[in-house]
Amino acid sequence: MELLVSTIVNGLSIGSIYAMIALGYTMVYGIAKMLNFAHGDVIMVGAYAIYVFLAYVNPLFAILLAVVFCLLLGVTIEKVAYRPLRGASPLAVLITAIGVSYLLQSLAQIVFGSASKMVMVYDFGAIKLFGVTLQVSTLVTLAVAVVVMIALTLFVKLTRTGRAMIAVSEDKGAAQLMGINVNKIITITFAIGSSLAALAGLFYLLKAPSVSSTLGAMPGIKAFTAAVIGGIGSIPGAMLGGLLLGFVECIATKITVIAPYTDAIEFSILIVILLVRPTGFLGKKRREKV
Amino acid sequence: MALLEVKNLEVYYGVINALKGISFEVNEGEIVTLIGANGAGKSTTMQSVVGLIPKRNGSVIFDGKDISHTPCHKIVHLGMTQVPEGRRIFQELTVYENLLMGAFSIKDSSGFKKDLDAIYTRFPRLAERKNQIAGTLSGGEQQMLAMGRAIMSHPKLLMLDEPSMGLSPLLVDQVFEIIKDINSDGTTILLVEQNAGKSLAISDRAYVLENGSIVLSGTGAELMASDTVKEAYLGG
Repeated sequence: MELLVSTIVNGLSIGSIYAMIALGYTMVYGIAKMLNFAHGDVIMVGAYAIYVFLAYVNPLFAILLAVVFCLLLGVTIEKVAYRPLRGASPLAVLITAIGVSYLLQSLAQIVFGSASKMVMVYDFGAIKLFGVTLQVSTLVTLAVAVVVMIALTLFVKLTRTGRAMIAVSEDKGAAQLMGINVNKIITITFAIGSSLAALAGLFYLLKAPSVSSTLGAMPGIKAFTAAVIGGIGSIPGAMLGGLLLGFVECIATKITVIAPYTDAIEFSILIVILLVRPTGFLGKKRREKV
Repeated sequence: MALLEVKNLEVYYGVINALKGISFEVNEGEIVTLIGANGAGKSTTMQSVVGLIPKRNGSVIFDGKDISHTPCHKIVHLGMTQVPEGRRIFQELTVYENLLMGAFSIKDSSGFKKDLDAIYTRFPRLAERKNQIAGTLSGGEQQMLAMGRAIMSHPKLLMLDEPSMGLSPLLVDQVFEIIKDINSDGTTILLVEQNAGKSLAISDRAYVLENGSIVLSGTGAELMASDTVKEAYLGG
């Protein structure tokens, strides 16, 4: 019972962090048709931003500032690095994204050094639930992630801008013919994705209170895996893939024999799913244009 | 007065000269057609006029404004809307949501309900299927939706690129009826068609495009009577 409850709560919590990061990958892919491999590193920047702002303001305000900082960073990266390559070959864009990723990691090392920094955002303590001791921060992570994901889903489904995002992801040219400014929609997408990455940075600090320049690397790749498993380009797919990966990770780390192979297991799932369903769980088959 | 004036329009795809400096105009209230064979440059003309593909040279004056360098999404706000070749409706959205996207350029939403009702009256099939995912519509229904979506933006000039393509003869007739109908409501029409006979019959004026140049122009009736057109486009 104890094991079950803690596995479910932790699995949901880790899964929802992956889901939030995966949303950034999948939305950018769906709308700008590119893989933003620097996305994971925005998580790291978010964590460092919280570290810096905590020295001046209270935790809540520091988080808010960090989110705004990452939002502006994401928009700037898109404008400076990716926009000039609109229409260039996908390989050029991919290499640029990897370059931006290394740039962010190197900048962080130059500014903050290579040793990791301790960041205590807030100590929520622990509570007993159904006889199980749980970190409150885990529950907070889960709650915030769920609220954010519901809000995002409603935003995309119900607002003018959200529908324009769907239109752009489906057919850029036709969207322009409706009077939709595609560049503006891409900017908004990067803003949303980077804000979610900043929140993910916060969640990692709540899990383990330290940040180094490579903090975002592994979560980035894991969340990308989640996005592909769920079907890249699909918003519910990213959520599903994230949760699935979170559960697998949580269960695997609890079984002593396979615990060291947790990462290998997660990536193997990706390979198996790509073999069986190349478009992921909720991905669309690409229609052939006549 | 010319609503649309295209002067010396030149378009290149890489080194290929797709449009070799064409000039034409569309006057207010007219139906004007560009006819021509496959690859003559009809769709290229439509797409470069509306700013979807870049122009090498030439100018486009719309409603008294030079829009040669205006990005596509802004041109729509000026009152020029295009029904693209192949319809390109949003397959994943419902019929209603597609129409909503059509009204994207209309900032004032107070008239939306009225516009929507007008579309549903004009295209009863769309009313029946308003909550259906647009990708599941038949080809004819998709064409109706593409036209309805375009009308939602209150265009002064409606451009239609091959609206009859891939439709059954019965539906083709219906599409041309609808175009005439939209025109009689005061919307100027620029039409691109391979179906020369049907389109010349409803056109005030027409241009014949061949290998990126305009080789002939005149009223619809004149061109229908022309030997060149008869031979090349009307099956002798």
